[in-house]
Amino acid sequence: MEKNIQHSDIYAIALHHRFQWEEVQQSHVILFPEGMVKLHGGAGEILKRVDGKTSVGDIVEELKALFPEVADIEADIVGMFDLAVGKAWLRKVN
Amino acid sequence: MAQLNNGVAANITQKQPLWLLAEVTYRCPLHCAFCYNPTDYDKHTKNELTTEQWINALRDARKMGAIQLGISGGEPLLRDDIEEIVAEAHKLGYYSNLITSGVGLTEKRIQAFKEGGLDHIQLSMHDITEEINNFITNTKTFELKKKVAAMIKGHGYPMVLNVVIHRYNIGHVDKILEMAEALGADYVELANTQYYGWSLVNRSQLMPTREQLAEAERMTNAFRERVGNKMKVFFVVPDYFAERPKKCMNGWGEVFMIVTANGDVLPCHSARSLPGLTFPNVRENGLEWAWKESPAFNKYRGMDWLKEPCRSCDEKEKDLGGCRCQAYLLSGDAEAADPVCTKSPHRHLIDAAIKDSENPLLREQPIIFRTDKNSKKYAEGDRERVDQFHSLP
Repeated sequence: MEKNIQHSDIYAIALHHRFQWEEVQQSHVILFPEGMVKLHGGAGEILKRVDGKTSVGDIVEELKALFPEVADIEADIVGMFDLAVGKAWLRKVN
Repeated sequence: MAQLNNGVAANITQKQPLWLLAEVTYRCPLHCAFCYNPTDYDKHTKNELTTEQWINALRDARKMGAIQLGISGGEPLLRDDIEEIVAEAHKLGYYSNLITSGVGLTEKRIQAFKEGGLDHIQLSMHDITEEINNFITNTKTFELKKKVAAMIKGHGYPMVLNVVIHRYNIGHVDKILEMAEALGADYVELANTQYYGWSLVNRSQLMPTREQLAEAERMTNAFRERVGNKMKVFFVVPDYFAERPKKCMNGWGEVFMIVTANGDVLPCHSARSLPGLTFPNVRENGLEWAWKESPAFNKYRGMDWLKEPCRSCDEKEKDLGGCRCQAYLLSGDAEAADPVCTKSPHRHLIDAAIKDSENPLLREQPIIFRTDKNSKKYAEGDRERVDQFHSLP
């Protein structure tokens, strides 16, 4: 599955979906008609960088620099993209 | 991914009212036979909350963590301040949804909703035939709904269609889905009638047969297979034909909070049908007290109140004993197991209701439509007709 996500890919939050920080819950969420997904901290860190301009590769580099202590962070990030694309939370823009 | 969770732990232990349903009015131009609104709604059509009271309620609920907002009714568009409410909801960060019959939606209003930041519109549809649409709603609204659907699509909204399913349209589920596809729907909810309020009064006339239900599920699955991800189809299974109850409202006072037209704060749409409970009102102690402290919201929260056979049941966490309103309306005991459950000593009431719906005499009784005149009768305590349609023990 993960081979579907390329470093050069650029994604945006899917149409009719909204990504935002929820203060009361201290977490990021994705909102869409009739539903909501509460994201844990790691997923939120990734998705808040998804802006329709930054590539997957750039997001990987940025998070690697921010969290140098996390082993194999790249696989985690690519896995998260794979999941989010599969759930139709994200759309590919390039 | 857990490693990345550096100090940002989600608070999942405290219950928050994530979904707020604002039933802003009980006035409605339609008269649907299956409406879940209370049969005595007429009592609450003249003491509606003001715009300011609604906006305060939205603010308070948002502070408590509410994020999905449904603006419903009745027909919300009968109020002329929905534009203001929508704009405020957007400013507060809600994901907002207008739940409408489409009656009263004009180009001017939809434009204002778009500018105000309304996120989506859920339109009710009834059938592919004009005859059944007009019959079940007791109005001539068939053509209008198609026009409104096009308007919603034209303004770039996700197209969310809600179709309440009953005996009169269940055989057309395949055609209804095709119509939804032709209209460009993104989400379709096929909501089998649940029996509360007006639909309980008309239960024998509305309930499909088990065979019709199986056929509708088959048609839905065939459609899903053909269309794939393009359109999401939810098939809400009617619990009378199930063996276990649903986890009603995802648990009493767990995630849903409803504010009604007159300001009552409820954990579910029909909670006011339960005996001995006084529900809080936004005009009095405010939403935070209602949610956290009010005796009504704490009454059936969690599992401590469960009686047998639920208390010792190994499935109790899955359904929390099912629906309180259904338990009371059918068995007369609000703390009983939901009679839908085959472990319930009252399951025979459900089986009797299914039998009633097969009885030609009962199924052909005239439908009692949701009209102000009928509601006045119920509000005055004239329950004779309701009792006739109960499957009494």
